[in-house]
Amino acid sequence: MIWIIATLPLIGALVAWLVPDNRMRPFLLPAIALPHMCLAFYLVATTPPASPHGWIFLDALGKLVLVTISVLFTVCSFYAVGYLRYRKELDNRILCMALLVCLSAMTLVTVTQHLGLLWVALETTTVTMAPLIYFNRNARSIEATWKYLLICSVGIAIALFGLFFLAYSTIVAGQDVTLLLSSLIEDAPRLHPGWRHTAFIFLLVGFGSKMGLAPLHTWKPDAYGEAPGLVGALLAGGLVNCAFLALLRVYQVAVASPGAASFKGALLGMGLVSMAFAAVFMARQSDIKRMLAYSSVEHVGIMAVAVGLGGKTALFGALLHMVNNGLTKGVLFLASGNIHRAYGSKSTEVIRGALRRIPWSGALFLAAFLAITGSPPFGPFISEFTIVSGAFVAGSSTVGALFLVFLSVIFIGMASTVLPAVLGKVPAEAEATGYRDTYWTVLPLLVLMSVVLMLGLWVPSPLQELLREGAALLGGGA
Amino acid sequence: MNPMADQLLVLTLLLNFIVLGTSRLNLAVRAVAVQGIALALLPAIIHPFSWHLAGIVLGMLIVKGAVIPWMITGAIRKAEIKREVEPFIGFITSLITGALFTAAAFIFAQNLPLAPEHKGLLFVPASLATFMCGFLVLIARRKAISQIIGYLLLENGIFVFGLLLADAMPGMVEAGALLDLLVGIFVMGIVVNHISREFSTLDTSKLTTLREDVRP
Repeated sequence: MIWIIATLPLIGALVAWLVPDNRMRPFLLPAIALPHMCLAFYLVATTPPASPHGWIFLDALGKLVLVTISVLFTVCSFYAVGYLRYRKELDNRILCMALLVCLSAMTLVTVTQHLGLLWVALETTTVTMAPLIYFNRNARSIEATWKYLLICSVGIAIALFGLFFLAYSTIVAGQDVTLLLSSLIEDAPRLHPGWRHTAFIFLLVGFGSKMGLAPLHTWKPDAYGEAPGLVGALLAGGLVNCAFLALLRVYQVAVASPGAASFKGALLGMGLVSMAFAAVFMARQSDIKRMLAYSSVEHVGIMAVAVGLGGKTALFGALLHMVNNGLTKGVLFLASGNIHRAYGSKSTEVIRGALRRIPWSGALFLAAFLAITGSPPFGPFISEFTIVSGAFVAGSSTVGALFLVFLSVIFIGMASTVLPAVLGKVPAEAEATGYRDTYWTVLPLLVLMSVVLMLGLWVPSPLQELLREGAALLGGGA
Repeated sequence: MNPMADQLLVLTLLLNFIVLGTSRLNLAVRAVAVQGIALALLPAIIHPFSWHLAGIVLGMLIVKGAVIPWMITGAIRKAEIKREVEPFIGFITSLITGALFTAAAFIFAQNLPLAPEHKGLLFVPASLATFMCGFLVLIARRKAISQIIGYLLLENGIFVFGLLLADAMPGMVEAGALLDLLVGIFVMGIVVNHISREFSTLDTSKLTTLREDVRP
């Protein structure tokens, strides 16, 4: 069953390559995404048995990421149909193919228990995103693509070196050399400390740069800023979660070893630095997509802080926040894509009164902004609240206090960009563009936003169960 | 250990210096290609024969020895660029720094807690030195193509270390990593072509449109 869900998008990519018609091709995306989502829910509900060598197994952490990615991709796929109608002049064959291959690779990241295979899948997502960021084919997007490609490729190569060190520490410890997660966790207390430490540092730098933790986030504003909103949504909600999952796999090994404290400390530090960077650069940001990129830096920071704290509550909150952040970022990026189309610009010099020009997208953008900054009654409020209480419960009141300070500074910074853009009057000099809200470009967002709202009011018990299991896998007690 | 393997590793180290010292892009590409071939032959020498091994060696020879150099040479020809001019770190300085890195790698490797069967072998120092030289090329050069070459050098360094862990990396993973590298370089090649068309230069220090423009 698992093989079907991983290969289905690849078959879709092949079909996308063969379909000659630029208008019909986008419909292939929802046609693949819907069965993928159904399969994902089915697999999560049934938990298929592990493959013979234990390479492929869907555990609670994988399930959480898989469901998030699949729901987000399905929403994006419907949106893509509407979006690509406005971009008829551009050939979308490569876009469709890259999206589907990326979906396949992201699925593989979630289902594998072999760190080598996980690395290969993660590297594949890096490469397939490059043509997507370059979709607009102009000087700005090529610059963003080059920065992204170079930093992430080198980052992920460093992660491979880290994996090799980890495998080598098993040799030095006299164990059978392996990169299988379960064996590594079992061997963790006996791994050679020197090699293990080096491995953790390399893996943190490698996966951290892919995830966009400060100070390794420099590619993020450029890539998120220049990519179409659709791609930004998948970068911020899909790839970030995949990289976070990779980091969690390392975390699983780390907490089983005696070196857990230093690894957690490093995560905590990078998380707080990320939030601080975001707080500084978010203020007076005049480009709405770059602002969202810094918001993404902030939220990977929040997740890193939460797992760095450890403990049952904070880990539960971290995993819930991973889901919430992925889905909310989806709404934000897709809505910002609509706003970009409606004004022909993504600068707040031009964007004013989006609520009047495109009421639905404007309202969704505003709602998603409130959600992402942690206002009730939306999902991120619950997860951020859980993390903060986890910090105070664990006795790290300094971390908790800093966390709250950064959150409020970021709220103010983000509001000073978002509120003028959404409220007020449309300036006279804003040129009229052909874009109006349509069912295809609004309904998917509405669905996603209602899921975010639902997660704020009521977390379904199967999801709670998954989150608890996931936290237990990370050493957060059953 | 096989003396042949040691010679190949020494060759690898020497090729690092050619890449560090030359301004001619074609020469640097050829050096990396030869390095790729040398590294492809290494597993064939140190491990007993198996079909899995033969597949990997063949794949490496084709990808690192032929296809990737061919793609980069194509990009160089299209961009009509022959030389790296005015690098951030000069050629002589790069050579000296590279030599220091290599020496440091040897000293460092001697003090590393290696497994008994790997003590005194060239694998770990060669791997670290090549990795560091690749990093140096990445940050020292302006041209996008030189940066790709640096990335390849860095990958080669990691690969040498991977040779010590042949059992941990099953064939499928190795093949996947190789395929990723191939596609990655392919995409980089395309991006390079578009950079040279869009900016009429491959000087990546000219890519500065995307600065933080903060509202006054």
